[in-house]
Parts: sequence; C-alpha cells; structure tokens
Amino acid sequence: MLGKNRCIYPGEKVLLAFSGGPTSSSMLRQVQEGLNREAAKKLRFKPGIIYIDEGAVCGRTLDEREKTCRQVEAILQASGFPYHLVFLEEVFDLPASVLNSLSHRPADQAHSYKEAVADFTRWRQQCEKKEGAATSLEDRLAECSLQGCAWKERLAVLDTSSFPASHTELSRLFGAVKSLTAKEELLQTLRTHLILHVARRNGYSKVMVGDSCTRVSVKLLTNLCLGRGAFLAMDTGFSDSRHGDILILRPMREYPAKEIIFYNYLFGVPTIFTPGLGTKASDRASIHLLIESFLCKLQSEFPSTVSTVYRTGEKLSAAPREVDSGVPTAPAQCLLCLCPLDTNVEDGSSLQSMLLSEQLCPRPPAENCCETGRTQAGCCGRPPVVGDSSQLLPLLCYGCRLTVKELVSVQGKVCATRRAPASADAKVCSCSQDWAQGKVARSLSHHTFTRRLSASDAGLR
Amino acid sequence: MNAIMGTIKEKGQDSTVLAHVLRLLNERHGYGLRLLLLSVDEGIAGYRDDSLAAVRRSRGRLGLPLHVVSYQELYGWSMDRIVRHTGSRNNCTFCGVFRRQALDRGAVLLGADKIATGHNADDVAETILMNFLRGDVGRLQRCAEILTGGEGALPRCKPLKHAYEKEIVLYAYFQGLDYFSTECVYAPNAYRGHVRALLKDLEAIRPSSVADLVHSGERLAVRKDVRLPVQGTCRRCGYFSSQPLCKACVLLEGLNRGLPKLAIGKTNRLQKALLEGEKPRADLETEENSRVGRTIDF
Repeated sequence: MLGKNRCIYPGEKVLLAFSGGPTSSSMLRQVQEGLNREAAKKLRFKPGIIYIDEGAVCGRTLDEREKTCRQVEAILQASGFPYHLVFLEEVFDLPASVLNSLSHRPADQAHSYKEAVADFTRWRQQCEKKEGAATSLEDRLAECSLQGCAWKERLAVLDTSSFPASHTELSRLFGAVKSLTAKEELLQTLRTHLILHVARRNGYSKVMVGDSCTRVSVKLLTNLCLGRGAFLAMDTGFSDSRHGDILILRPMREYPAKEIIFYNYLFGVPTIFTPGLGTKASDRASIHLLIESFLCKLQSEFPSTVSTVYRTGEKLSAAPREVDSGVPTAPAQCLLCLCPLDTNVEDGSSLQSMLLSEQLCPRPPAENCCETGRTQAGCCGRPPVVGDSSQLLPLLCYGCRLTVKELVSVQGKVCATRRAPASADAKVCSCSQDWAQGKVARSLSHHTFTRRLSASDAGLR
Repeated sequence: MNAIMGTIKEKGQDSTVLAHVLRLLNERHGYGLRLLLLSVDEGIAGYRDDSLAAVRRSRGRLGLPLHVVSYQELYGWSMDRIVRHTGSRNNCTFCGVFRRQALDRGAVLLGADKIATGHNADDVAETILMNFLRGDVGRLQRCAEILTGGEGALPRCKPLKHAYEKEIVLYAYFQGLDYFSTECVYAPNAYRGHVRALLKDLEAIRPSSVADLVHSGERLAVRKDVRLPVQGTCRRCGYFSSQPLCKACVLLEGLNRGLPKLAIGKTNRLQKALLEGEKPRADLETEENSRVGRTIDF
C-alpha cells in the first residue's frame, strides 16, 4: 500500500497512532519488519509512536489506567522507536492553532515522486540550518522518548489535585453528551486534535492510522448515517490531506480484520485490550455499534459485503460536488473536523427542509423546564442556552452540528430532570459552554486571521 | 400539463397521501395540473387485489381517473406465476424491474408528461444504503435527487421526499384517508428487508438519521475517473437501458425459457448470447442452451 501510493519521503518522521488493538499492533510490527529487513522494498522513514489514554472518558480509575499504560509502555519500549504517551485530558491545553489547517510548503504540488523527494530534502536541510547545529536529530529523539517516559509524573499530577480541573472537566464534558453516538464522534474529534498537536510539536509530517478494511467499511456506512456523506472519501481514504501540513495515512486499509488477527496470531504480535466507550454496551446503544453488528451479520450471510462497501468507498472523491449557483464562496472549514463546509443551503435539499421544519416548530426550552420543575424556584432564572449554539453552529459541518446539538440540547434536559442539585447542573452547562465558547472565541479570531491571510496571499499572486 | 401518480409502493399510504395532497394543492393554488392515477397490478393474490380495491375507493373520493396496468397484460406473467417458477428468493428483482417499466409504459399510454411517485424520506434513505451495499455508484449518485430522468424517459419526481414515513401515516390517519397497508407476501425474503430493519434501528437511536442519510446522499461526490454506465436504449423494446438489452427483457427471456435464475447476478454473457440470438435464431438455440446451463451451475 505504501509502495503503491508513494507519499512518504526518505528520512521523514512518521507518527504511528497506536491503540493497543490488533490492527495498530500489526501495523507497528509491519513497520518494524520493513525497517529491519534487508529487502529491496525497505522502508526509509523514521517512525515514532503515539498512544492516547482515554480512560477518563470511559470512567476507569487511575490505577487501571496506570496498569494499561505500563503494558503499553512495555510494548513500545520493545519496539525501540521514540514514543509519546498522551492523556486525553491534555486536549484542554491545546492551543487554538490546532484548528487551523496550515500549509507550510506551498510547492507541495510536485509532479513526480523524485521531484517531491528532492524538494523535501532541500526543505529539511534548510530547516536544520535554521535550527542550528545545536539541536541535532539525536538530541531531539532523546527528548522525545524522555517525554514519553515522563507520563508517570503527569499521571500523578492528574491524581494530585494540582491539576484537577481538566480531569473533571473532561468527564463532565462527556457526561453532558447524552447519546453514545455523539460521545464517540466527540472523542474521535478530540483524539485527532491531540494527535495533530503532538505531531506538529515534534516535527512529524505524516501520521499513520491503523484502520483495517473492515473498520473502513464500518466507518463508511456509519458516516453515511451521520450525515457526513460529503466527506466519506476524506474520512476513509488512503491519504487525508485536510490538515494541510500533516497528512493522515491509512496503510492498513486493504487488510480485512480477519487477516490481521491471523497475522498477529501467527507472528505472535502482542495486543492489549482496553475497554472503550462502546465496550459492554448493547448493539443498539450507538449508530457505530449498530452498523458494526449489521455489517458483521450481513458479512456472514453474504461474504462479499465488506469488500463491496469498501470498493464503493474507493469510487468517491474528496472534492465536493460542484455547486450550481455560480457564487464562488470561500471554502470555509468546519471548526471541529476541518472538512470543507457542506452546509450551503440548496433548493429542495434535505438541509433546507430540515431548517424549515425547525423554523416552523421551534423547541420550547424554557417551557419544558417550567413544566417539570414548577415547584422548584429559580428554574427559569437562567436564560435559554440556544443563543450559544446558534453562534457555534454556522461554523460546523452538517455532521458535527448534529454532535454539538446533542451536547447543547442535553443541558435543557439535565435542567428538566433536575436529579442533581441545581448548582451542579449549572456547572455542567457552563463547563460545556465554556469549552465551546472558548473554542469558538479562540478559533474565530484565528479563522478570520488565517482567512484574511490567505486572501491577501491570493491577492499578491 | 399532465401529471401522473402511480401507486407504486407496496404500502399504499404514501401514494394515497400523495394523491390527496397534490389534488388539494392543485385546487387551492391553481397549479393547472391534470392529475391521473396509475396503478400497477402485479398479480399477487391476497395482496394487490385488496389494495386495488382501496385504490378504487379512493378514486371515488378524489374524483380522479384511474388506470390499472397489469403484469399479466404487459408481460404475460403475473407475479404469482413468477414466484412459482423462481422460488422464494429474488422475487423482488423481478417485481421491481417490471414495475418500473410498467409505470413508464402506463404513463406513456395515458399521455402524461411527468410521473410523481410516493417515495418518502425513509424510502430514499433505504435506497441510498442499498446502493452503497451493492456498490451501485451510478444509482447512488442519482437516487437522492428530487427530480430524476430527463431525456428518453419520463421525468419522475418525489414530492414527499422529505416527509418521514411516520408523518405520512399520521397524516393519512388524521385525514381519515382510506389506505391499504400490508407487507407484500413475498417481501420478507428480500435483501431490502435487512436494510429496512437497519433503518428502523437507526431511527430509534437517532431520529434525525433518516434525514441525515438523505443529506449524505445529496452531497456524495463520485470520483471523476470512475467509469459510469452510459444510458442507451434497449434493442428489443426501446426502453432506456445501460446495457444493449434492458433488464426487463433479459428477465423475461429467462422466464420464457423456463430458466428464471438466468438474469440474476452477472448477465454480461447472457446479454451477448441473447443479442447474437436475435438474428439467426434457430441455429444458435442449442449452443445458447449449453452456455446458459454453465452460468446456472455457477
């Protein structure tokens, strides 16, 4: 797969996203093999590994998480590559710049692979000259693995209350999302942001993700059901260039899950099982789980199902369908998933009719609140939260809007059920609002800034 | 301008509501449409005869002319007879292909300009999922559009595309519309059944997912370099088709030869065989049969 799509340059730093699951473990092993072997098709890039601990989201205790981290560390150390252990809590410390898609090399459109490689090496030499001889590559590598090793202290920091905000904030944020579907989407978004950040900070320009053929098919159908039809090719294709400077690659997407399991079994590749959001949930708990079980059932009856879905996905393009009206709008990007927005309202489209019916029968949030909590005073003291979401929604694509809508609409319901004391409710609301608003505020400025920048760029040319 | 509505759904409420709404709007806003009802009789005992009775009753209420075309008179085969030949699988392939053509033929017969069908949002979402699972990229691109067809065929529109099935049933219920609703007796074995069950589950998890699917279908972009089938016309009957022979003709040929499974699955070789067989009919008969025998084994 890597040989077919030649997009990794020799000596480039590539980040492997490792989750402990079968596919990413086997990806790690195959990269190791490719680097060690004296074969003709030797891989020539410099890998690093990232592991993201999401225990906080699934409600695991710190002890359990530490145990998992230790297991992961053992495997990663055995691989001999520099590695980064990151906690999902750190997503709150991300700078807003993660939300921008940068392209630091305008001359990326090289025609042949050779030219591209030459370009790349020239560019790297320039960079190294700039940085000076002081920070040699070895130094930086040492720094990387040092960072990886320091995870225990950081976990301890999470444990001791000097850094309590982000831990509780994260579990609150996910607590505020009602449905498992939206939770999984949110987790995926945050995870991507974190990976991107780590990759940028450590100078990786490619990220490899272990999505198997089965996973890709499930993702295709799931995203279709989540209203992300416009981005199917981007979300599941071999290379995903939406982030500009960092390319996300899916080198495992041709192998079905079964083959990978066999590979792991035959070559003794160790895997780690970590409970995720969907573990122990029923088939119908979320759209993701439902589609997965549906495809597996269908696959056992019609064995070509997964490969057909996969090949259908191959035929889709990342470029959006042309808009009929000749208005050249700026290709704005979704705030969360960084895809070009698909929310231009066309005549007779599903979105238009949806907006119309929302307009015709608006949800009465304040009324609901009063009906259930009539006896409690101060129920309607807070203004409805709709104002905040209306500020955020126009910046999102259709699929992310759905996720954020659930994040916001939950607040009314939390308020309505009033199981917890009012103060806690308010905190949950304000927490997720803060998060959203802060992100909007931060990214808004960045967005307008970058947009202006690119506009002036275009003007110059 | 003429418009024709077909009661093409096996569940009658969609087309009943469509006829009602179109007539109402036509009168209220003076669209100047001449509405005609067209119904297809597949010849399924215990299913279509009851629903046709309902259609006749609603014709009386709506005061619109009704025409019925039957598979028996168009093709010489009723669905019941087909099922007796094919067994319990793949019936819906026959029924669907024949119905599509029967509607077009009926509409041409009546001199209509447009066909309005009672497809609702659930149907469209289901079709999108079906086409994705089958890998039919050409249809995948088209199926979410509100107005399809164009040159060659009569344009079809789906006025109820954004209405959920539930809304339509509720509308019919509260308007006191007389409709007929049962599952087709042959439907439970169809592939579509799986997809329909999935869609119901999806809707239970997140009610907006039907509309989300339709949105996805509208925004899907197929790569430029993918070879899409070119639309031509059938050499035998003149109906539009992406192959030299249209699907209905191929299916019919299979039925008439007593080999109904012939046209299900890969049909390239059969197409060729049939086209060659067009002119020197008698000579190739034996050879064709042997060829056909091999495809069936597979």
